[in-house]
Amino acid sequence: MNPEAIRDKVAIVGMGCCKFGENWDQAPEDMIVEAAFEAYQDAGIEEPQKQIEAVFCGAVYPSKGTAEVADALKLYGRPVSMVTNYCATGTDAFRYGVFAIACGMYDTVLVVGFDKPKDRGISGPSAVTTGVRGLPMTPAGWFSLCAARYFETYGAGREDLARIAVKNHHNGTLAPKSMLKKEITVEEALAAPIISWPFGLYDCCAQSDGAAAAILTKRDLAKSFRDDPVYVKAVAIALAANPQADPSFDFLRWKPTVYAAEQAYKQAGIANPAKELDLAQVHDCFTLTELLTYEDLGLAEKGSAKEHIASGTFALDGELPVNTDGGLKTFGHPTGATGVRMLYENYKQLQGKAERRQVKNATLALSHNLGGAPQTCGIAIVGR
Amino acid sequence: MSRIAEVGITAYGAYVPMLRLSLGAISGGGRKAGSGSGERAVAYFDEDAVTMAVAAATACLEGIERSSVDGVLFASTSYPYREKQAASVIAKALDLRRDVAAADVAGSLRAGTNALRLAADAVRAGSARSVLVIASDCRLAAPRSAQEKSFGDGASAFLIGRDAVAATIEASHTISDEIIDVWRTETDPFVKSWEDRFVVEHGYMRNLREVIQALLSREKLAPRDFAKLVLYGPDARSHAAVAKACGFDSKTQLQPGLFGQLGNTGAAFAPMLLVAALEQAKPGDRLLVANYGDGADALALSIADPITKLWTRRGLRWHLERRVELDNYDKYLGMRNLQVSSSDRRAGQGVSATVHYRDRDEDISFHGHKCRRCGTEQFPLQRVCFQCFARDELEQIRLADRHGKLMAFTFDYFAGSPDPPLIVTTTEIDGGARVYLQMTDARAEEVKLDLPVELTFRKIHEYGGTPNYFWKCTPIRA
Repeated sequence: MNPEAIRDKVAIVGMGCCKFGENWDQAPEDMIVEAAFEAYQDAGIEEPQKQIEAVFCGAVYPSKGTAEVADALKLYGRPVSMVTNYCATGTDAFRYGVFAIACGMYDTVLVVGFDKPKDRGISGPSAVTTGVRGLPMTPAGWFSLCAARYFETYGAGREDLARIAVKNHHNGTLAPKSMLKKEITVEEALAAPIISWPFGLYDCCAQSDGAAAAILTKRDLAKSFRDDPVYVKAVAIALAANPQADPSFDFLRWKPTVYAAEQAYKQAGIANPAKELDLAQVHDCFTLTELLTYEDLGLAEKGSAKEHIASGTFALDGELPVNTDGGLKTFGHPTGATGVRMLYENYKQLQGKAERRQVKNATLALSHNLGGAPQTCGIAIVGR
Repeated sequence: MSRIAEVGITAYGAYVPMLRLSLGAISGGGRKAGSGSGERAVAYFDEDAVTMAVAAATACLEGIERSSVDGVLFASTSYPYREKQAASVIAKALDLRRDVAAADVAGSLRAGTNALRLAADAVRAGSARSVLVIASDCRLAAPRSAQEKSFGDGASAFLIGRDAVAATIEASHTISDEIIDVWRTETDPFVKSWEDRFVVEHGYMRNLREVIQALLSREKLAPRDFAKLVLYGPDARSHAAVAKACGFDSKTQLQPGLFGQLGNTGAAFAPMLLVAALEQAKPGDRLLVANYGDGADALALSIADPITKLWTRRGLRWHLERRVELDNYDKYLGMRNLQVSSSDRRAGQGVSATVHYRDRDEDISFHGHKCRRCGTEQFPLQRVCFQCFARDELEQIRLADRHGKLMAFTFDYFAGSPDPPLIVTTTEIDGGARVYLQMTDARAEEVKLDLPVELTFRKIHEYGGTPNYFWKCTPIRA
């Protein structure tokens, strides 16, 4: 394997993102058009019919599949593919787009991540299965399974989780396209109804509708689109055994992140992520997921997340801001869109266009998704 | 010929659900439980006649080689299915042999003793050496009715054989009688009954006197020959009245009916009282068991030495001591699906029967896999080993009888449960397999990391309107 096969060979030259939320009056096609046309405009693409050579989509709840994107954008006569990989779906769609450019077959491709879970008429994710054993089950129930043992081993607790929610709620108030724009306090977070211990309402992200898009091109062509392209340093996917069945699991980390981070850092040539990364968007489906991700990504020593949360390492004005746009906590989690939405934030940050959320002198940014029980992780690293 | 020498009970077990509902709460004492008026056992929301049967049979089979069981008879009036055998689910959950003779004995309160007599006949005839007889009932009565107060939920199990017999069936007699006293048609949700005095006088007392007297006179036995009369009874007064009418001293010879304590467990009631009697019987004692329902059965049992070896297993005494008061009548209604609630456990398209078929070894028998190459135990069944990645080197092992400990847990209020929170765990079964299991019969306060647990067969949900069974963990009760 050549871990450097894609480094700096692919550039992002345009991105778009619709407003995330309970978009009752929008069809998936409406959100896809908004995200894609913002990306076209951002890249200076005036003739997408001629310039977009292939499309890579990601969605977990598609109603029609690839045709939803092809029909919305009238992109026919070229490949349109769709991937699904739990919550890493958006990052995985991006990954296929990166490979398509890096291999030299296409000059310019479009990546679209989208989902419309609010058309299903239920709050929260569905938990549908045909078997007996898994039900009733909830993502909150899965992602909370590390809590008791992590808390006992490292002395962390619900207050530490609440501080993560407070931080992300604050960042979300500064993001124009977020769903929730509401400051909360630690006390409010701790007093909220329990969803699945230790998660109260504010420890959980909401479900929402959304779409985000990226235009990728080869390095040589990037400057013909814009002066400030963003380059892809790494994009990794890794799966791990279901933590509910894995006989060797220690309930102190999420293995998929550990595996994917190792690959991604090798691809990007990163030796010390805590020092080298300027900011990160991580998968805060639940506050504990963000806490464990600090450590699993090597942004904090094992067991030290609590201290970093207290000292503000990951706050907007901290040493390594995490979830600068408010994360899943304030955008909600339209599964296929989330990974691409995170890239949108990193792209804007690296271009210095993140307005009140701007991280100073950002040159290297990471985005991270964790999904399934959880079993899969996607990581993308982009830089100037 | 009525004598059935050398055939009888070789093991017994019982199961009573943990919850007790006070009779005061039923009779309208408000939402909260009343006190002082007695109580009844009620099945938890994840229990039914089948799960209770598995629990009673598991107690009965303690220390007994499962492959020695040739037949299983399941007696009940409250099957979860109108068409589909319950004995087959129970046999699978107990890991009985593929060629076990399985049958349901249904329709009557007398089904328990019907099944005992059938089993004894099979052993005596030589077509089986060992037959498991399980009686279990979770009968539904109309909310706030007198029946709801008198019923109780529970199960009992007996192994009938000819080796190391603890209670020989010396003689038996049966009569069949046509009377519409207690019934439930295909469309009735609740048990119905005719006027009390008619039922007691013309059904209950008349049939029992007749069957007891017939057995005594034919076998030339007298009431004084029996240490205990184990008698079905609809209520304490009629119970004592039959004993007296047949010449037994209701104070010393009548096995107590546990009215206001356990409740009338239907087809499992007389068998349950028999378990209670066997727990107290001494070698040389003789018991008379008399059961009622569309006629009557009587069996004379003679207790032998092997009884002393059975006293350690979980019988009725253990289960009566293990009790938790249910403090809320509305909660009871929710557990029986008698109350409209936002969590409709029966909604949805249901479980794929094809998937159920493929997963039977895991879901019903609770088999895990042990890798033949590296020894790692795992769940569910794998084609490729988690540890050494060997392909198809895995042998099935039964996990259901083992203990385990909690590796991880959460209290899920979002999952939809009639009694939230749902306690969800990853449990490590002794040997190393990890299983994602719900915990039942437990309070959130007692849940902690590494808590020792045992396994119990329960309904995991009722999607599609059918009971879907799997195993749950529960704290080990001393």
